[in-house]
Amino acid sequence: MPVSSLRWSVTAFLIALLTLVPVLVILSAIASPDPAIVDHLMQHTLPRLLVNTFWLMAGVGLGVLLLGVPLAWLVALYDFPGRRFFNWALMLPMAMPAYVLAFSQLGLFDFTGPFQTFLRERFGDSSWVPSIRSTPGVILVMTLAFYPYVYLLARNAFATMGRRALEVGASLGYSQRAGFLRVALPMARPWIAGGLTLALMETLADFGTVAIFNYDAFTAAIYKAWFSLFSLPTAKQLASLLILLVFVLVWFEQRSRGRRAYTQAGRGGRAARLPLKGVAGWVAAAWAALVLTLAFLLPFAQLCLWAWRAMEGEWTGELLGYVGRSLLIALIAAGLVTALALALAFAVRRAPYGMTPLWARLATLGYAVPGTVLAVGVFVPVAALDNFLIDGLGRWLPEGTTAVFKGTLFVMLLAYAARFLAVGHSAVAAAMYRITRTQEECARMLGLTGWRLVLALHLPLLRGGLLTAVLMVFVDVMKEMPITLMTRPFGWDTLAVRIFSLTSEGDWERAALPAVAIVLAGLLPVILLSRQKESL
Amino acid sequence: MSAFLEFDQVSHAYSQQTVVDTMSFTLVEGEIGCLLGSSGCGKTTVLRCLAGFEPIRAGSIRLAGQTLSLPGHQVPAHARQIGMVFQDYALFPHLTVGDNVAFGLRRWSRAERLRRVASLLDLVGLAGLARSYPHELSGGQQQRVALARALAPRPRLLLLDEPFSNLDVDLRSRLSAEVRAILKQENTTAILVTHDQHEAFAMADRVGVMQAGRLLQWAAPYTLYHQPASRFVADFIGQGVFLPGVVTGPACIETEIGEFCGAVPVPFDVGQRVEVLLRPDDVQHDDASSRKAVVESKVFRGSEFHYTLALPSGRRVLAEVPSHHDHPVGEPIGIRLEMDHLIAFPAH
Repeated sequence: MPVSSLRWSVTAFLIALLTLVPVLVILSAIASPDPAIVDHLMQHTLPRLLVNTFWLMAGVGLGVLLLGVPLAWLVALYDFPGRRFFNWALMLPMAMPAYVLAFSQLGLFDFTGPFQTFLRERFGDSSWVPSIRSTPGVILVMTLAFYPYVYLLARNAFATMGRRALEVGASLGYSQRAGFLRVALPMARPWIAGGLTLALMETLADFGTVAIFNYDAFTAAIYKAWFSLFSLPTAKQLASLLILLVFVLVWFEQRSRGRRAYTQAGRGGRAARLPLKGVAGWVAAAWAALVLTLAFLLPFAQLCLWAWRAMEGEWTGELLGYVGRSLLIALIAAGLVTALALALAFAVRRAPYGMTPLWARLATLGYAVPGTVLAVGVFVPVAALDNFLIDGLGRWLPEGTTAVFKGTLFVMLLAYAARFLAVGHSAVAAAMYRITRTQEECARMLGLTGWRLVLALHLPLLRGGLLTAVLMVFVDVMKEMPITLMTRPFGWDTLAVRIFSLTSEGDWERAALPAVAIVLAGLLPVILLSRQKESL
Repeated sequence: MSAFLEFDQVSHAYSQQTVVDTMSFTLVEGEIGCLLGSSGCGKTTVLRCLAGFEPIRAGSIRLAGQTLSLPGHQVPAHARQIGMVFQDYALFPHLTVGDNVAFGLRRWSRAERLRRVASLLDLVGLAGLARSYPHELSGGQQQRVALARALAPRPRLLLLDEPFSNLDVDLRSRLSAEVRAILKQENTTAILVTHDQHEAFAMADRVGVMQAGRLLQWAAPYTLYHQPASRFVADFIGQGVFLPGVVTGPACIETEIGEFCGAVPVPFDVGQRVEVLLRPDDVQHDDASSRKAVVESKVFRGSEFHYTLALPSGRRVLAEVPSHHDHPVGEPIGIRLEMDHLIAFPAH
């Protein structure tokens, strides 16, 4: 291997360590379980956690499929009133973090909320309404929050091949319905499975929603073990089980692709959509409108109303502090992650053989790892490093030093980088992919090498991808709750942390203002996404 | 023989734009027809109307006596028993080759289905690949799978949309001959759409030339080449140049390289100015001839030279000359015309 590609391979390996170290630290808890902790967990927490997680996964999985796939099919293949609007508007819920949706739904539909109050005033009784603070309630909220993953991927799959698939089916004697069931659905399966996996990963990783609903899930238990029971080893043990569940999910998704290479069946798309006439069209529109209203419009309206009322309070100046810290940390993290993603993309380009691609894959695995797990996984080695430094270099450090890196922004940034590298990398790598080898060779033959080549060819062509990476990571960090909560330096409260502390006191109204700020930021990538799809 | 497929006065339009304009043709059972035209001429839309994917605005489509399409009424695509080979094959990537071919046979018994799939894969030369997935095959093999899949349910009519356009030239000519043989063996009535004249001539019994939604001529390839009905068809099919001339007799025309008389009378008055079509194979090289033309450029085709020759007037003619007659550019060579019938159109 030439020296230069060795250098790139080492770079990729170092970046991969960002994810590998925390994951391996957590996994080590499985290899060497502490019998006392395990006994305690088995007796008290674990059975309930597993049962709860099972129902949550099953419910949300089913829910996102039932919402996402039919909506995608309708929008991709049929014309009905409002189709162009719903085409992008159905992605809007992606702008709203699940924990924001959770507390606004609680505020809307709980006993004291406007919905039940209305029922009582009108009919004198609302006790027949099932409580939203229940397993079905959590499932419903997460389904509404995560169905867009399935919708988005399935819609693109159907739009590129759905019509053509139906035509092939028809030419072989299949009616439209049989064509959907026998042709389009099986062909879209890898995309649907991909969307489902993303939704389920989010479900496993979710911390805010289960915390707000007081639903016993792994993430909340990890947080409680660390910050209420002050038992980091217990948190680590729980995290190791959660990460195993995630790996099962990833493995399952990979397996479901099997030997089959899924490409689109033909270049369709030119053909017109089938019109849904009369009642059918209006039913389709009403269905899409209902989903959109429940998942975004109604909760967002409620948030704005609360925020408006809270605005009149005196603490809006305080809010600026949260906004400032959120923006600052999100910007720093976005810059860092994009730089790492760029280095990784170059490494894969310059050293495409050997271990480099593997390092790149491992480096981007962090997106599957829940934030609570990463927080523990990053904190443990940093604490060990601190102890090592203090033991070894104690006499050069100021008197009474107990922490070097612990409790600094550095820890938080490490965890962000591990979690969001995949987001930045996919944007940068996609742009890099479009720069062909022949373009590079052509520039080389015209005398451009080294940095001049990068400046003249790569940066201009990568600009769009880099901007996308910065934007996506920026917004993800803004929305991020568990890592920020668990690794932030003392006093470093961001919008998400503020929402956590206000919602844990049930103060929906004051939590609404920071939530609106986060939703507005979250709209940016959704707009970007819908633009990209429009131009396809 | 009576018509099996009747495409009668059919029109089709996307919103305001007419794509197919009062088009008619018929096909006898077992025949292979071809619609030939440049892209955007409406030929693919005709296929889609036949398949039942597009409604028609006027006219009717009948197959084996059954009316398939009328304005405002059409038999749905899946009930037509019409098969289609798509331009991009549209194979199902999640199914094996065997399952792809069996896809249209769901009402058949298992034993019959297996037998049919095996015999079709045998027919298209892919026996033994039933368990492969489409992406593991080459382009030509995928094309054959698409053909086998479409033929499997024994469609009453098979439609082929630019079936060879994704293949390289060599494979294209070999496959078109093969596919014709397969279709004939299965006695399948078929319609093919292409922009490639060689493909059309190699495959079809009847060829129609389309332009801007109209069918200009529907005839056997030989007729199309030797008796084009219009200047456009003459231009579109094969190579050739038009030379001005004057009608001097019932079958005779005088041009700057002499007077020719064909075997068939031309429908013009004596003294009328016309333009005569000269194919490259009409212009023979003859050292003894007193008529000279100067070699302006030449292309070596292996078995022959393709010369562009300048006449004394400056007009050009094309000539195909056996390859042992190698003349340098700029040299005058003798030419002689040899044709048994004249193709002429009024001068404009």
